[in-house]
Amino acid sequence: MSTSTETIEELATREYKYGFVTDVEAEEIPAGLNEDIIRLISAKKHEPEWLLEWRLKAYRVWLKMKEPTWHNLKINPIDYQKIIYYSAPKQKPSLKSLDEVDPEVRKTFEKLGIPIDEQKMLSGVAVDAVFDSVSVATTFKKQLADVGIIFCSFSEAVQHHPDLVKKYLGSVVPHTDNFYAALNSAVFTDGSFAYIPKGVRCPMELSTYFRINAKGSGQFERTLIVADEGAYVSYLEGCTAPMRDENQLHAAVVELVALDNATIKYSTIQNWYPGDHEGKGGIYNFVTKRGNCLGVNSKITWTQVETGSAITWKYPSCILQGDNSVGEFYSVATTNNMQQADTGTKMVHLGKNTRSTIVSKGISAGKGQNTYRGQVKIAKKAQGARNYSQCDSLLIGDKCGAHTFPYLEIGNASAKVEHEASTSKIGEDQIFYLRQRGLSAEDAVNMIVNGFCKDVFRELPMEFAVEAQKLLGISLEGSVG
Amino acid sequence: MLEITNLQIRAGGKDILRGINFRVNKGEVHAIMGPNGSGKSTLARVLAGHPDYEVAGGTVTYEGRDLLEMSPEDRAREGLFMAFQYPVEIPGVNNAYFLKAAINAKRKHQDLPELDAMEFMALVKEKANILHIDPALLSRPVNEGFSGGEKKRNEIFQMAVLEPKLAILDETDSGLDIDALKTVAEGVNAMRSPDRAIVVVTHYQRLLNYIVPDFVHVLQDGRIVRSGGKELARHLEEKGYGWIEAEPQLM
Repeated sequence: MSTSTETIEELATREYKYGFVTDVEAEEIPAGLNEDIIRLISAKKHEPEWLLEWRLKAYRVWLKMKEPTWHNLKINPIDYQKIIYYSAPKQKPSLKSLDEVDPEVRKTFEKLGIPIDEQKMLSGVAVDAVFDSVSVATTFKKQLADVGIIFCSFSEAVQHHPDLVKKYLGSVVPHTDNFYAALNSAVFTDGSFAYIPKGVRCPMELSTYFRINAKGSGQFERTLIVADEGAYVSYLEGCTAPMRDENQLHAAVVELVALDNATIKYSTIQNWYPGDHEGKGGIYNFVTKRGNCLGVNSKITWTQVETGSAITWKYPSCILQGDNSVGEFYSVATTNNMQQADTGTKMVHLGKNTRSTIVSKGISAGKGQNTYRGQVKIAKKAQGARNYSQCDSLLIGDKCGAHTFPYLEIGNASAKVEHEASTSKIGEDQIFYLRQRGLSAEDAVNMIVNGFCKDVFRELPMEFAVEAQKLLGISLEGSVG
Repeated sequence: MLEITNLQIRAGGKDILRGINFRVNKGEVHAIMGPNGSGKSTLARVLAGHPDYEVAGGTVTYEGRDLLEMSPEDRAREGLFMAFQYPVEIPGVNNAYFLKAAINAKRKHQDLPELDAMEFMALVKEKANILHIDPALLSRPVNEGFSGGEKKRNEIFQMAVLEPKLAILDETDSGLDIDALKTVAEGVNAMRSPDRAIVVVTHYQRLLNYIVPDFVHVLQDGRIVRSGGKELARHLEEKGYGWIEAEPQLM
């Protein structure tokens, strides 16, 4: 056995850094799902009647739906009656200031590097902190409100901005969209809401940090971001969860709406607990994310760095409805040990001269299975539409797999669609070369992987790009030997 | 500085080196010559710590330490540098970034403060000037899309920046035209110093016209069959490797 194998195996046994559990008194409802549970969730959140009706409608549709099977994943059966659909840390019903957040909860976020204390807040980043089923704090609210930006928890938006919520909720991802989106529509508990008014360029990064803590619960959050005419916003989400032996379900829905000349950049750094080396435990990350470039010249960019979760099923997509609108998808997905990912995007070109770019970087290590699945659809009327797709896979070791499923549907002869794909292996020679220059084996792997992902990382906001690089290093520890 | 005693190496179930002995002192330039398959590149790679080889016997001492016990990165940090016969491409990784990581890994090991971006750039610009290297090379990904000559020059450039105590050049002349060969040789000659030893592994005598060695060793079938001064290389050029087989030297 070479020395590199030893060092790396030593590192591999290092634990998932975010796997701790917070001891906090939680308010939970009984496990299981039926109309009464939905009524209970809705009542707990003091929701208007129309929203309850919408939930129930979604639930009734969901009952008739089946889990999708077209993916390239092996999923243990999920018993939806065993999941707790609402779990919240007990706290005062309404907080006057962030200082009133439960100290344990606050400590949790601090440990995760997300301080929500007024004094310690990350400069230039407004954070909505979601703990299990509820948003516990949102920072910089006032500064944002001064320029007319609404940034709050979804529950709060329902109370204070019902017209906006009613107008856009389900407008991009209808409650009938798919099995997990329907489930989310029925039981979603919280999430973030952002509205950027006409002509406003959001002065800071908005971000939501999702934390699953409670045992046996699922997290079903809903995020809605609307950028009005000429507005600009960059939004980032991060996620972690404790290490638990059982799988936990995270089924979120994110909807983005960009009106004329508006731009939304949505970045994700997903680091849910991936399960252990044998594949025990870990989060099932089944997420529906879609943006509608509703207005002319609008632009939506999805950037994702997916390093966690036992299973990832997500396809952040763009509907390019407005003429000259632009959709972009930049993705790094890593699967190590027993992790599986089936991820990609859909670019639906409806408007004239719409453009889309897809750059996907899949990294498989251990026994990980990584699938890129992407669809480019050019409608009949989408004169002059263009797409460029690039899918690269990197294999580390010989027990992992990389798969690419591009689907093209071209309805207009003027369309230009390009697709490039490559698969490569990290060579022992590359690692040796870097070690001969004085780098340790793990630094060598990190450097090679980061080089491979460069096209995606440069799309991330600066401070998060650094974070993403580190995270990638951690999630691939132990993958070379 | 480097003492190799009865070194025996196996790879893929075959004996590649069958008892190598030689010694390199500070300030010396040694050439290792030999026909294809004689084991000369294996020797270079073993000294650098390539994991594919099994040490079947013998010892290698470097600066008083057991070299074979050291990891490849420790050897590098202790001043051993190998210029690769086939420099490896690292797509997406900027040459300057890579070099900075390398130099700082070494400095950290020596308990020296790491170079910041300004200090680093000053250093590489100075070295690029000496070697007549276009600084644009620094912002390109490591060896990606480089011509054969550029790759070899990049190796010499890295050597100049990392300032090794012991430099091993593994067939640095292969695939170079005469102009590129001269540039590379100039770079190596600029690195000659009383504190540094250089081991040049080559198939052809050609390179040795420009990098004149103090000692020449001829490797055949995994053994050093003859050692001598620089004139030995000329004999080989004139008479070919067959000459040694015809006139075995008594060891």
